[in-house]
Amino acid sequence: MDHSGLADLKPRLVLTGITKRYPSVVANDDISLSVRPGEIHAVLGENGAGKSTLMKIIYGVTKPDAGTIMWNDQYETIAAPSQARRMGIGMVFQHFSLFETLTVWENIALALDEHVPTAQLAARITEVSEKYGLPIDPYRLVHSMSVGERQRVEIVRCLLQEPKLLIMDEPTSVLTPQAVLILFKTLRRLASEGCSILYISHKLDEIRSLCDTATVLRGGRVSGSAIPRNETNESLARLMIGGELAECHLTPREPKEVRLEVERLSLPTPDPFGTSLKDISLTVRSGEILGIAGVSGNGQKELMAALSGERLSTGSMIKLLGQPVGALDPAKRRTVGLTFVPEERLGRGAVPPMSLAYNALLTGARKGMVLNGLIHPSVMRTFSKTVIERFKVKCGGEQSVASSLSGGNLQKYIVGRETMLQPKMMIVAQPTWGVDVGAAQLIRQALIDLRDQGVALLVISEELDELFMISDRLCVLAAGRLSPSVKPAETSIEQIGTWMSGKFGEGENDASTPAASYLEAAHA
Amino acid sequence: MLRLERRATPSSTMSIASPLLAAAGMLVTGFLLFSALGKDPLEAFYLFFIKPLSSTYGIGELLLKTTPLLLCGLGLALGFRANVWNIGAEGQLTMGAIAGGGVALWFGDSDSSFAMPLMLLAGILGGMAWAAIPAFLRTRFNTNEILVTLMLVYIAQLMLSWLVHGPWRDPQGQNYPQSQGFGDAETMSVLINGTRVTWGIVYAVGLALIAWVFSEKTFAGFRMQVAGLAPAAAAYAGFSEKRNIWIALMLCGATAGLAGICEVAGPIGRLQQEISPGYGFAAIIVAWIGRLHPIGVVFGALLMSLLYLGGEAAQMGMGLPSAITGLFQGLLLFYLLAADLFIYFRLKRVGVVESPEPKPAIRVEGAV
Amino acid sequence: MNPLIPMIASTVLAATPLIYAALGETVVERSGVLNLGIEGMMLIGAVAGFAATRSSGSDAVGFLAAAAAGVALSLIFGFLTLNLQTNQVATGLALTLFGIGLSAFVGHNLAGLPVARLAPITIPGLTAIPVIGDLLFHYDIMVYLSVALFIGVQWFLTKSRAGLTLRAIGESPGVAHAIGKPVLTTRYLAVMFGGATAGIAGAYLSLVQTPMWVEGMSAGKGWIALALVVFGTWKPARVVIGAYLFGGVTQFQLFAQGFGLPIPTEFLSMLPYAATVVVLVIICRDPKTILLNQPASLGHSFHSAA
Repeated sequence: MDHSGLADLKPRLVLTGITKRYPSVVANDDISLSVRPGEIHAVLGENGAGKSTLMKIIYGVTKPDAGTIMWNDQYETIAAPSQARRMGIGMVFQHFSLFETLTVWENIALALDEHVPTAQLAARITEVSEKYGLPIDPYRLVHSMSVGERQRVEIVRCLLQEPKLLIMDEPTSVLTPQAVLILFKTLRRLASEGCSILYISHKLDEIRSLCDTATVLRGGRVSGSAIPRNETNESLARLMIGGELAECHLTPREPKEVRLEVERLSLPTPDPFGTSLKDISLTVRSGEILGIAGVSGNGQKELMAALSGERLSTGSMIKLLGQPVGALDPAKRRTVGLTFVPEERLGRGAVPPMSLAYNALLTGARKGMVLNGLIHPSVMRTFSKTVIERFKVKCGGEQSVASSLSGGNLQKYIVGRETMLQPKMMIVAQPTWGVDVGAAQLIRQALIDLRDQGVALLVISEELDELFMISDRLCVLAAGRLSPSVKPAETSIEQIGTWMSGKFGEGENDASTPAASYLEAAHA
Repeated sequence: MLRLERRATPSSTMSIASPLLAAAGMLVTGFLLFSALGKDPLEAFYLFFIKPLSSTYGIGELLLKTTPLLLCGLGLALGFRANVWNIGAEGQLTMGAIAGGGVALWFGDSDSSFAMPLMLLAGILGGMAWAAIPAFLRTRFNTNEILVTLMLVYIAQLMLSWLVHGPWRDPQGQNYPQSQGFGDAETMSVLINGTRVTWGIVYAVGLALIAWVFSEKTFAGFRMQVAGLAPAAAAYAGFSEKRNIWIALMLCGATAGLAGICEVAGPIGRLQQEISPGYGFAAIIVAWIGRLHPIGVVFGALLMSLLYLGGEAAQMGMGLPSAITGLFQGLLLFYLLAADLFIYFRLKRVGVVESPEPKPAIRVEGAV
Repeated sequence: MNPLIPMIASTVLAATPLIYAALGETVVERSGVLNLGIEGMMLIGAVAGFAATRSSGSDAVGFLAAAAAGVALSLIFGFLTLNLQTNQVATGLALTLFGIGLSAFVGHNLAGLPVARLAPITIPGLTAIPVIGDLLFHYDIMVYLSVALFIGVQWFLTKSRAGLTLRAIGESPGVAHAIGKPVLTTRYLAVMFGGATAGIAGAYLSLVQTPMWVEGMSAGKGWIALALVVFGTWKPARVVIGAYLFGGVTQFQLFAQGFGLPIPTEFLSMLPYAATVVVLVIICRDPKTILLNQPASLGHSFHSAA
C-alpha cells in the first residue's frame, strides 16, 4: 500500500488522554494515539511501560480511569471484549487465550457471538487459514499443538470475524525466525486489505522492518512517535528507555573441567500436555555459559525439572561434578553445588506471602540459617540484606513480602540468592522474562561475572539476542530434542532458526559423531 | 458503590481482628435468631455465654470440653498449614479411644502404674494408625485425603459400635452397648477438685506450646508452611511432599488419638457408642478461628467449648434444641471466612481500581 | 417373583439420591468450582422437603421446597467463594457443618413424625408386563426424572453452546474472561443448580427412602456423591453408572441377610464407605487420569482484574 496515501485517510481509532491507575503504579498516563485504515502501527516500549494495559483497554478487558476512545469518528465506551469484537477489533494475546482441552473449532466457536454449525465453522476455519498461509486442522485438540500453531489458531480466530483492527501483543516471542517472516507476510497482506494493525513489541529490528508508524511508551507515558523506517535501533532505544541500550561482552576464556554432563537423557513427561525429553546430551564446563535457545513448550520446563531434581531419573544420565545425581532431589543436588533460578518467580522461585528473609531460607538453609533443626533468624536476615544490597533490589527491606516486589526486582533477588549460595553450577531459565531493561542488564552481567569466577552456567532463554550476547556456546531445544552446540560467532540467526524448527539431523546430537566432537574439540 | 481493592501486603492486623469480627457477627445473628424465636436475647446470651462460667464446676466443664477440641485443633492446624486437608480427626479420635480403651479393658481392675501410660500411648498410636491410611493412599496412590479421612470416620464409628455391641460389651451391663467401666488406675485423675477436668488439659496446653515451637521455629515447620502456601516453591526447594504429608497426618493422628483416650479414660470412664459430640469436626473450625496458629488454637478451642456448654445450657434453661451449637459453629466459620477477605483486600469507593495481577488462590493462612 | 427383582428395585432406590447430588456436583465442578457442602445441602433439602410435604400434603411442593432450600444454601457458598473468593474447600466444609446444625435446629420438632411415602407410578400396559414391568416401570416419578436429568446434563455438557462455555470456564476462567465470557454468572448458575439437585437428593431420603426426618440422616451420602464425581471422571454417564454400583453395594446388606451370611451388620454398613475409598484409589492411582479429566481450575478462586 502506498504509505504516503495513509495520511489522507481518516483515522479509524483515536485514543485521547487514556489513563489507568493501579494501587502501586500508574500503568497508563495520558496516552494518546491514532491509527488509520491499513496502517501497521507499532506500540513500542520495554516491559512495564504500559503497552499491555493499553491494549486491554482497547479490547474492553480493562476499563480506563480517564480518557476517550473514538472509533470511526464516534466516541465509544468499550465495556467488554464481545463489544470490541462486534466493533471489529480482534486481539492476539501474548499469553494465549486458548483452552487446551478443547479443539480448535470449539475454541473459535467460543469467541464467536453467533452460533455457527460445526461443519460450516470447520470449513470456514480451513478456508481462512489457508488463504492467509496459516494452515490449521479445525478438529485438533489445542494441547497437541506447538506454540506456533496455537498462535495461528488465535490469529485465524480473529480473522474469521473480519476485523478492522487487529491487536498483536508481542507475537514473535513464540516463533522461530523463519516463522516470523511468514507472520509478517500475513500481516502485510491484511494491512493491504485495509485492516489496521496495532503491533506491540520491544524488538526494534522487527518494528523497523514491519511497521509504518510507531508510538513509544516509557513509564506509562508517550515518550515519542516515529516513522520506524527513518530511525535507527539506537534512536528508537533512546525513546524507549531514555538512554543507550547497554551491551554485555564476554571476554574469551578457556573453560576448565566439566561440571555438568548429561548423556543420552530420555525422560517421558508425566504431564499429558507436556513434552518428553528425547536423547539429550550436553556438557557444561567451569567458566562457560551454555545457552539453550528454543520456543517455550519444546521441553524447557521438563529439562529444567530433570536437571534441578524436581523430576528424578535413573542411572547416570546426569552427572554433576562427576557424580551421578539422577536420583537426588533438588535439596541434595544443591549440596553437591547446584543452584537454579526457575522461570516462574512468584510461587516457585519465591513464596508470595512470605518475607524476603524467609524466602532466603527457602534454598539457603545450609548457609547457617538452620542449626539442629531450628531456624536462626539473624543469619537469615543478614543473608537477605546482603542480597538486597548487592543486587540493588528495590524493596522495603528484608521483611517485605515477595509478592510486593516488581517482577524485575524479585528476579534480581532470586538470582542474587542463588548466586550467593556459591554454586559450582547454576541453571537459569528465562533470566529476563518480563524484566525491565535496567534489571535485565544487571542480571546478565551477574551471570557473566559468575562465569568469570569459574562457575558453570546453563541458561535457557527464548530471547535469541540475549543468548547471542552472553553464551559461550549455543544449542537449541526443539520438540524435546537438543541440537549440537555451536559458538555464537560461528553461527547465524538463520541457522539457529532452522534448528528451532527441529531440523538438525538425527546423528548430529550424538557426541560420538565427528561434527559434534569437532565442536567440542574447538573448546578444549 | 464500594469496591474491593487488593492490599499491597496482607494485613496482619486484620488477620487477628478477623476472628473477633466473626465472633461479633455470630453474636449479632444469634441476637436476631433468639428474638425471632420469641426469646429474650439478653437472657439467652446470659444463659449461653455467662452462666456456664459462673462456677468452678462450670470452668472445669469448659476446660474439660476444651481438651479434645484443642488437641484435635492443634493437629488439624499443623496439617492445614501444609495444605493437607485431613477432615477426619473425629475418626482418628475414635480409633484412639478404641485402642486406648482396649488397653484399659485388658488391664481390667489392675492397679498397675503402667496402665495409664500404656493407654495414652495406645491412644496416640491408634490415632496415628488411622491417619496413616490416608497418608499412605495420598503419597502412594495420589488419593485425595479429604474424602478418605471422612470415610474413615464412618468406618471407625461403626467399628466402635460393633465392639460395644459385641465382643467388648459389658456382660453385666443389661445389654447396654457399652464396655465395663475402667478401673481406678485406668481412669485419669481429676485436676481440680469439685470439677471433672482431668490432666488431659495440661497435656493439651503443653502440646500447644510444643506445636508453637515446631511451626514457628523449626525448619520442618517452615517446610510444611511453604508446602501449604506455594507447593511449586516447595518442590523447587526440594522439600519432600510425601514427607510433609506424612508428618501432617501423623501429628494430627497422634493428637486426635490422645484426645480420644483422654475422653474415654476421663469423663466417660468406659467405651460406649457415643464418645464425642463431633469434637473432631468442630476442631476444624477451632483450627481456623485460631488462624492455624497453635496459640490461636487455644483461644479457638475455649470459644468452641463455650459454644458446646452454652448449647447445653440453652437446651435446659430455655428449651432450645442443642443443635443450636452446630448452627453457631457453622455461622462462625462462615463469618470468619468472609472477614478473612479483608486481610487481602480493603474496601474502596468506586472509580477506583483493582489489582493488576491475578490474585493467588487464597490458601490456608497462617501468620508468616 | 424372581428374588433379584426386589434387590434391583432397592438398588435403584438407593442410587437415585446419589444420582441427583452427583450430577449436580458434576456440573458445578465442570465450571471449576468445588463445593464440598453437598452433605449440608442434602440435609437442608431433606428437612425442608419433609416439612413442606407434611404441611401441604403434596410431594411436588416438598421437592420444590427442598430444591429451593438447597439453592438458598448454595447461594451462601456462591457469595463467599465467588464474590469474596474464600477458600472453596474451607467454605464447603463450613457449608456442611452449617447445614448439619441448621437442619437439626429447624427439624427438632419434626423428628420421628410420619409422612406418606411417595408412591410408585403405574404406567398402563407397561407396569403389568411380567418381570420387565416390575424391573423398569414400577418406580416413583423421581426415579424417571433422574434419568431425564442425566440426559439433560449429558446434552448440556457435550452438545450445547452454554455447556461449552461452562467447560471453558472450568478449564481457565482467566482466558474465558479475556474473551468476554461471564465467569461469575456462569459459576453462580452452576452452583445454584448443584444446590437444587442436592436439595432434591435430600428430600428423596426423607420422602421416599426412609420416609421420615432423622437428624444427620444423609450419613455421608453427600460425600459419597463427591467421590462419585471423581469416580466418573467428571463425565455424567460414568457418574450415573457409579451411582448404581454404589446403590448396589448399600444393598449388599439385604443380600447377606437373605443368604444368612454371619457378618455383623456394622461391617455391612461399612461397605459403602470402604468401597468409596477403594474406588478413589483405583481412579486416582494414575495421576494422568486426574490431570486429563479434572477441570483445570477446580478449586481455584478467580479474580478478574477488569
